[in-house]
Amino acid sequence: MHWIDYVNPHSVREATELLAEHGESARILAGGTDLLVLLRGGTMDNVNLVVDGKSIPELNEVTYDPQAGLTLGAAVPCYKIYNNQAVAHAYPGLIDTASLIGGTQIQGRATLGGNLCNAAPSGDSIPAMIALSGVANIAGPSGNRSVPVEDFCTAPRQTVLKRGEMLVSLHFPPPVPNSGARYLRFIPRNEMDIAVAGAGVSVVLDNGTIKSARVSLASVAPTPLFVKEAGEALVGMPATEESVRIASGLARDAARPITDMRGTIEYRKHLCEVLTRRALLTAIERAKEA
Amino acid sequence: MPGKTYVQATINGEHTDFLCEPRQSLLEVLRDVIGLTGTKEGCNDGNCGACTIILDGRIVTPCLVLAVEAEGKEMTTIEGIANGSTLHPIQQSFLENAALQCGICTPGFIVATKALLDENPNPTEYEIRFWLANNLCRCTGYDKIIRAVQDAATTMQEAKA
Ligand SMILES: Cc1cc2nc3c(=O)[nH]c(=O)nc-3n(C[C@H](O)[C@H](O)[C@H](O)COP(=O)(O)OP(=O)(O)OC[C@H]3O[C@@H](n4cnc5c(N)ncnc54)[C@H](O)[C@@H]3O)c2cc1C
Ligand code: FES
Ligand code: FES
Repeated sequence: MHWIDYVNPHSVREATELLAEHGESARILAGGTDLLVLLRGGTMDNVNLVVDGKSIPELNEVTYDPQAGLTLGAAVPCYKIYNNQAVAHAYPGLIDTASLIGGTQIQGRATLGGNLCNAAPSGDSIPAMIALSGVANIAGPSGNRSVPVEDFCTAPRQTVLKRGEMLVSLHFPPPVPNSGARYLRFIPRNEMDIAVAGAGVSVVLDNGTIKSARVSLASVAPTPLFVKEAGEALVGMPATEESVRIASGLARDAARPITDMRGTIEYRKHLCEVLTRRALLTAIERAKEA
Repeated sequence: MPGKTYVQATINGEHTDFLCEPRQSLLEVLRDVIGLTGTKEGCNDGNCGACTIILDGRIVTPCLVLAVEAEGKEMTTIEGIANGSTLHPIQQSFLENAALQCGICTPGFIVATKALLDENPNPTEYEIRFWLANNLCRCTGYDKIIRAVQDAATTMQEAKA
């Protein structure tokens, strides 16, 4: 690895000042499971300052309140999410993704904030967070702002973050009664691989009718894809497999995948249909149990 | 030339300090600076688990940790698993079950197993396989490793009873 300097600020302000001063040559370090691989891989040779986010209190926050929802600091590793019983109980759709990123060792370090800021089309947590109406809380030199997760990634490895800005936390609204969510991905083995395709969904039921739904896909577009029309098509429909098939067909139509070593366009579109359908059926089951 | 950073940490129960460059991985420093070569390097990118150590109570791959991040932290490496010259029941079980051939993956598996059994003394086969999914072995085909973990769990449970 080329020479880098390391700083360990203890406040958001210190960190954003460093980011503003150094611009493209500085990067935040969360779990490092993407950053250190990239720094070593020679694709980030312009980066020479690593700003550790893990000593900043706001980035370590995990606050759940049934009225206010969940605030998840950007540096909270996956295992702290699924080992938190209140969070695991309230957001099973988030646990689906926190427990499938890498294996146990990776989950000891990797964060959902890092997954989002890394902005890979295959980032497994991103569709799951979109389905849950997650919001990214950003701090920067000119103050704070919030961006819905579906608007955060702008191109592969590109985000809405401007010079000096960093992700502080993710916020999720409280789960409403009779709601359920699910993230599913397809990989050729049981664990430890990059999604060929993934689907994150959520539903809210009202006496067997779908009140609202959200559908989002991984690995089938330059960014994680929010398929608004697939969720909207379900509004007012009975919570049956027949209805679900309409939405999963729309998800397949919305997917704009490429052919690469992991799969062809045809194959990935087919996976979008299957994964969206299965994820919606599980989300409906979860909503009935909730 | 920019300077080195002074880091203090606890490794296998002993206070340790070292000098490192901020770009050096914790794996590189454990092996090449501190001389704890029991921790193995396979892939150097988080996939193989050969380098697994326990860092503040969680298993991680130190090839994806900067050594400077270890400041003030506690670590257990494979060298900290045995009690003097008495093997840990997990090590004994790996030997008895022939759960290794070339052995390069073994320190990582043993450290990961130690953390598993500390958290979940009686895991199912499914739980063992998923916990160890971040550890690769090119030789054994895994079944003997799973059996070694199950036997170690039983031995450790019996020793407690
Ligand atoms: C073996 C292995 C298996 C993996 N498996 C999966 C998988 O199954 N699914 C998957 O989606 N990913 C996987 N990954 C990729 C990676 O683990 C995830 O993307 C992880 O969530 C990244 O989080 P991190 O905390 O390690 O991020 P880091 O590496 O610390 O950061 C990632 C990027 O985000 C930036 N960043 C981090 N935090 C902030 C912040 N607060 N503000 C601004 N920028 C920030 C960093 O500068 C960097 O560019 C795997 C990686 C490895 C090595
Ligand atoms: S060397 Fe660290 S995981 Fe392979
Ligand atoms: S024994 Fe050779 S890799 Fe596992």
